[in-house]
Amino acid sequence: MTKISSTLAIEIREVLESLDARKATVLSSLLAIHDELNYLPKEAIEEVAAYFKEVSVNDVWGVATFYTNFRIHAPPTKHQIEVCWGPTCHLMGAGAILGAVQRELNLNGEGDTSDGRVCLKYNTCIGACSQAPVIMVNHKIIGKVTLESAVKVLKELD
Amino acid sequence: MSLFTEIETESKSIWREIESGEKPFIRIGTAMCGIAAGANAVVDEVKSFVSNNNIDATVSEVGCIGICFAEPILDIKIPDGTRLLYGNVNPENVSNIIDGCLLKSDIPKSKLIGSLGKIIEDNDGISDLLQAPIFKLQNKIALRNAGEIDPCDINQYIGRGGYSGLNKALTEMKSEEVLQQVMDSGLRGRGGAFFATGLKWSFLSKSNAKEKYILCNCEEGDPGAFNDKGILESDPHTLVEGIILAGYATNSSNGIVFVRHGHFGPINKIETAISQAYEKGLLGKDILGSGFSFDVDVSLTGESYVAGEETALMDAIEGKRSMPRSKPPFPAAFGVWGKPTNINNVKTLAYIPSIIEKGGEWFKNIGVNKSTGTAIICLSGKINNPGLYEVPLGISIGQVINEIGGGVTGGNKIKLLQTGGPLGGVLGEAGLEINIDFDEMAQAGAILGSGGIIVADETTCAVDLTRVLVAFCQYESCGKCFPCRLGMSQMLETINNIAEYKASEQDLEKCRRIGGAMQAGSLCGHGQLGFNPIRSALQHFKSDFDSHVFEKKCPTGGCESEYHFPVSTKPYGSSNSPNSEPINLVLNGKANQ
Repeated sequence: MTKISSTLAIEIREVLESLDARKATVLSSLLAIHDELNYLPKEAIEEVAAYFKEVSVNDVWGVATFYTNFRIHAPPTKHQIEVCWGPTCHLMGAGAILGAVQRELNLNGEGDTSDGRVCLKYNTCIGACSQAPVIMVNHKIIGKVTLESAVKVLKELD
Repeated sequence: MSLFTEIETESKSIWREIESGEKPFIRIGTAMCGIAAGANAVVDEVKSFVSNNNIDATVSEVGCIGICFAEPILDIKIPDGTRLLYGNVNPENVSNIIDGCLLKSDIPKSKLIGSLGKIIEDNDGISDLLQAPIFKLQNKIALRNAGEIDPCDINQYIGRGGYSGLNKALTEMKSEEVLQQVMDSGLRGRGGAFFATGLKWSFLSKSNAKEKYILCNCEEGDPGAFNDKGILESDPHTLVEGIILAGYATNSSNGIVFVRHGHFGPINKIETAISQAYEKGLLGKDILGSGFSFDVDVSLTGESYVAGEETALMDAIEGKRSMPRSKPPFPAAFGVWGKPTNINNVKTLAYIPSIIEKGGEWFKNIGVNKSTGTAIICLSGKINNPGLYEVPLGISIGQVINEIGGGVTGGNKIKLLQTGGPLGGVLGEAGLEINIDFDEMAQAGAILGSGGIIVADETTCAVDLTRVLVAFCQYESCGKCFPCRLGMSQMLETINNIAEYKASEQDLEKCRRIGGAMQAGSLCGHGQLGFNPIRSALQHFKSDFDSHVFEKKCPTGGCESEYHFPVSTKPYGSSNSPNSEPINLVLNGKANQ
C-alpha cells in the first residue's frame, strides 16, 4: 500500500468512526465520505465494505455507481459546474448555455477539463425552476443565467 | 398550567413582539428561489446597513412567500404596521429602501411591489397585494407560514399557532379520533397517486408491531416541481408536527424525512426544526407528558429520480440502490427494515396540523367533490409570474396560469402545458379549461402529479420538449426492469430520429408497442408511464410530429437548436466517473479478506 493511499484509508476510517453506528448504512457512509473528500477513491469502497458485516466490495461498488452524484476514482477538480438540463431550463435556453459552457471549457459532454481544474456535470433538476435557467457553481445556485453571464462566471474562476 | 401552555405563552409573546411591536421587522426570502436570485448578498447588505446605522430592527431570513419571480424580496414591516414588499432587490437598493422606510418615513417607490394587508393612509397608490388575484385566489394552508416566519425559529412557528394541533391531539384525543379526523377531511395523498390518506394510515394502525415507521418523502426529483422543498425551507415545523401526528394516529414509533443529498437549504432547515422540537419536548420520549413517544430522523439519498418511488425509497433508506420492490408485500405489512411502514408526501403531512386543529369537516369544505383542500402548484417556464402557489381545488388551470401566473411571457400564445413531472406528459391549450380536481384531471387524461406546471409558448416545438422528457426518463430509469431500461432507450432513439427527420410512421407504432410492454412489465410508475410523454404529445400535437416525419421540417426550428443530454449507463455504472479504472470485483466473500 502506498503512503498516499494509506493516509486516505485512515481519513476514511475516521469518517466512518464518526458515524452513528446504529443508523449508518452503505449509502449514508458513502455520502459522508464524499462530503469529506469530494470523491470516492478505491479505498472508500474497500473501507465501507470492511466497516459493515455481510457487505462485499461488490455491494458497495454497486451502490456507489448507482447514484449519479458520486464521483469515483478521480480526485476532485478545483471547481465544479453543474448545468440544469431539465424541461423548464431547456425551455428557457439551457441547451445553448450547456453548449457555451462546454466550448468555454473545451469539453465535449460531462467531465473534467484537460488541466483538471474544472468539472462539468449535467444536473437533471436543481430545484429552482422558477429562476430557470439555473446553473450551480461550486454548489452555489445561480438563476436566470444567460450565455454571457454563464461564460463570465467561468472566466472569473481562479 | 400544562407543559404546552407554558411553551405557547412564551412563544406567542415573542411572536407578538416581532409581528405587532413598534420595532421594524425586515424579512428576506432565502429559500432556493431567493438564493438563486442573489438573496444572500441582500441579507448581508441589510444586516450591515442596519448595524451601521444603529437601527433597532428584527432581521429574519424567511422562506418562499410564493412570488418567486420577484426574488430577491425585501419585506419590511414599518413601525405603523404597514408591511411593504420590495422585489428584485439588488444589494445597491438596500440602503435607499431601508433609509426611506425607516429613517425618513418617505416610502421609496422604486422596486416597490405593494403592501401586504393594511395600508397606511395617504398611500400614494400603493396597492394591497392581498387584494390582487395573485394572493386573493390563494388559500394557504400548508404554506400558511411560508415567507411569514423564520423557518429556523420554533418560537415563531408556535407563536402563529404551531404545535397546538399536536397538543390538542395528545391531550384531548385518542389516536383513533385523530385518524378519524383525517378520514373525515377527505385528504388524499399529494405525491401524485391521490390515495385517501386516512385509509392508508388505517392499514398501518392495524398492525400491533412495536416498531412502525412514518416516512416522509421529499425526494422531489420532478423537474418543474419545487413545492416539497419549498415547505421544508419555508416551514419545516409544520412537517415535523404533521409527522408526529401521523405517528400518533397510527401508533408508530419512528419518523424519517427522506431528502436528496445536496439540497443544503431544505436539509439544514428540517434538521434544525427536528432538533428544536426535541429541545422543547415535542419529540422524543413521553411527548408533553402524554405517554406517547416518537423519534424523527433525516435520511439522505444520492441522486436518483426513482428513489422517490415508495418502495425504492425504502431501499435507499436501507442504504442500497434505490430500486422498486414488488408489491405485495405492501409497506404497511413489510416496509423499511422489514417493519410496518407508511409513506406520505411532504405536502400531505403539511396539511395535518391544520386538519387536527380545525377539524376534518373544515378541510372537507375547501375544494370540490372528492378533491378536498388545496393544490400546491409550481409554475415555471414561459410564464410571467413563475412561483409557488396554493389554490383551493376546483379552480381551473387557466385561472392559475392567467390570473395568478400573469399569462405567457412576451405576449405570446400559450401552446403546451407540461404537468405532473416528465411522466405526466403534456397538454394542449385546451388544458386551460380543465379544473384542478384529481378525478376530473384523470378523466381528461391530465396528470397533476406533485403539482408542477411548466408552460411553453408557440415558439416551442412539441417534439423538442418531448425529447427532453424522454431523455430524462431514459437517464433516470433505475435499470431493474428490462422493459423500462431497454424500452426507454428505444423511445429516446425514436424521438431523436423524429427530431432529426430520420423517423417513419412505423417508428411511432413501434413506440406504442414498446410502451405497452413497459406498462405491463415494469414494477413502478417510471416504466409503466414511460410512454406517456410521447403518447400525450402525439395526442395533442400530432401536426408537429407529422411535420417532422413527412415534411422533414421542424415547425418552430426548436429541434435544430443546440441541446445536450447526459448519457445513462445504468445499471452498469455511473457515467460520472472520469478516468475511471475498473475496480477489482470479487465474486465471493469480501475483498479485504
